Amino acid sequence: MSDKPLITAQNLSVHYPLRGSLLGPKPYVGAVENVSIEITPGSFFGLVGESGSGKTTLGRAMLRAAPISKGDVLFDDGEVAYSLKNLGKKELKDYRTRAQLIFQDPYAALSPRMTVRDIIAEPLEVMGLTNSRAETDERVREIAAKCRLNVEHLRRFPHAFSGGQRQRISIARALVSAPKFIVADESVAALDVSIQADVLNLLKAIQQDMGLTFLFISHDLSVVAHVCDHVAVMYLGRLVETAPTRTLFSTPRHPYTQALLSAIPSLDPDDRGKAQKLEGEIPSPTNPPPGCKFQTRCPMAIDRCRVEEPALESAGPEHHVACHRWKELAV
Amino acid sequence: MSRLIDVENLTLQFDTDEGRITAVDDVSFSLEAGEVMGLVGESGSGKSVTAKSLMKLNPRNAVYGPDTKITLHLDDGPVDVMSLQSDTEMKIVRGGAISLIFQEPMASFAPAISIGEQMVEQLMIHTSFSKAQAKEVSVEMLDRVGISDPSTRFGQYAFELSGGMRQRAMIAMALSTKPRLLIADEPTTALDVTIQAQVIDLMKDLVSEFGMGIIFITHDLGVIAQTADKVAVMYLGKLVEQGTVRDVIRRPAHPYTRGLLAALPTLDDIDAPLTPIPGDIPSPLERPSGCVYHTRCQEVMGSRCAAEVPRFSRVDSDHAAACHLHDPQGDAS
Repeated sequence: MSDKPLITAQNLSVHYPLRGSLLGPKPYVGAVENVSIEITPGSFFGLVGESGSGKTTLGRAMLRAAPISKGDVLFDDGEVAYSLKNLGKKELKDYRTRAQLIFQDPYAALSPRMTVRDIIAEPLEVMGLTNSRAETDERVREIAAKCRLNVEHLRRFPHAFSGGQRQRISIARALVSAPKFIVADESVAALDVSIQADVLNLLKAIQQDMGLTFLFISHDLSVVAHVCDHVAVMYLGRLVETAPTRTLFSTPRHPYTQALLSAIPSLDPDDRGKAQKLEGEIPSPTNPPPGCKFQTRCPMAIDRCRVEEPALESAGPEHHVACHRWKELAV
Repeated sequence: MSRLIDVENLTLQFDTDEGRITAVDDVSFSLEAGEVMGLVGESGSGKSVTAKSLMKLNPRNAVYGPDTKITLHLDDGPVDVMSLQSDTEMKIVRGGAISLIFQEPMASFAPAISIGEQMVEQLMIHTSFSKAQAKEVSVEMLDRVGISDPSTRFGQYAFELSGGMRQRAMIAMALSTKPRLLIADEPTTALDVTIQAQVIDLMKDLVSEFGMGIIFITHDLGVIAQTADKVAVMYLGKLVEQGTVRDVIRRPAHPYTRGLLAALPTLDDIDAPLTPIPGDIPSPLERPSGCVYHTRCQEVMGSRCAAEVPRFSRVDSDHAAACHLHDPQGDAS
């Protein structure tokens, strides 16, 4: 992958202010701390982690929907090059047509008072991308067909659709402005498995068809393993490991990644009790532990982990891990 | 093991403005004490409604079929759940012999009453404990489910606990009355995988310690494989397959179960394509005739599937499926 990245997070931090006293430094929550990732054009980049790991915030910051406190996000699709931190109003509006979000809950994301046609056409109208109603209609029909919605569907209201169909409507709306970059935030988490497979296959097909680049945020590692080509694992706002999917699932180096993988319930009934269990829960980001953020739950933690925060190190081609002990553990 | 509950011909319909909707259609199963049964199915398959029927915990517009028979075998003899009428009578079952754990623990605790108060309240209803005894038992249970510093947690409110902690407290509360049957409705769905693994472990320990039966409702076949002894698969209110967890997961006999397994992403083979089940689950207002699954089934056999409701036929000693594939009689003529 020698391609120039489409979107890059450079030492990105997202801080939210906390209410504090008048004196002293202003307290804040570091939702994302010093994260760097590069997403090459046409890739399906997975972002995994538990609730509170900062994966959604990172995704939103890459859409300029969360404040960028430190670092920057660079976007370059060959037509325009933006530094998201310093984006003018007009540029931001243009960026919105190039980067889109698909939400988690297809029941909450669609207005019940609008027809499917109006829902899908809304971004075109708001962004002023089409010149006439006929043009809008044509664009809507075209994108709806790609998402396997027919003309009959366009006249109905969202309540008439099942979860899988609603998610296809959300996808059509995200795609109608012909974006280059899509953030899919837990886009299949609310769906039944049979429908989930259908939506995942659709996302993959559309990605290949339209040459899209995806940031796929999910807590479900088995889903990520199936659709993504590159995966980044987050814990408490930090990137702990990133690697091509195959590498990550065959040779996970970070103890957290290893624990996550082994916590997935196996389909083999005779495989019970083999999982490596993590004690405790993810600490609060308002009061993160010193040193490595994972040390409070890590079975391998030593004194060094409690004082010094590990930096990302190379653990192979395109494989990076932030752990003081990964080399010892790899042997 | 001794028999804990027998469910025979459970049929449940709801009266609605749009007509009478069938939610559960002629479902029969039984459970032994100390046994974990997984109840699997997609949203709308009727799994939660089935479980709630065991304590008649369905809204007023629910109409039970005349042949429905639910027998709970307690120490003092069998209880016919369908014959229980008043709330006082229902107490034997609701929260007494049967406890229920919900999916969303935040929504299941009253927000303005402390966890401890809620635990004590239900203990005082179902047992003869004094308030002090009830408190002691509650703190003990909180400790048992792995909540650190239980006497402090006892006085806290639901919002002060994390998701995993709340689900533990929910389990502690459900088990403090020593129920014979625990119904767990998607108890780990809202939790992160590492916390899910902890809660599953905890539930397994508790089954062996208390010897109760568990009905584990989930859409996650992985969770079923790790917890259940036997599995029942539901589709559109119908039971389509029943068997031991090994049989059902390794040798699924019903095309729907096969479809569910083929759609599931697994880590064993990340290159395997995900095969969705074609189409959507039909609306309960338009239940297909014959086999309810025939509209989506890949293995439909002529007109028989649309015309004739399949019977349960044995595939193996402890394994049965309601599918004409395993009941070729009709083709013989």
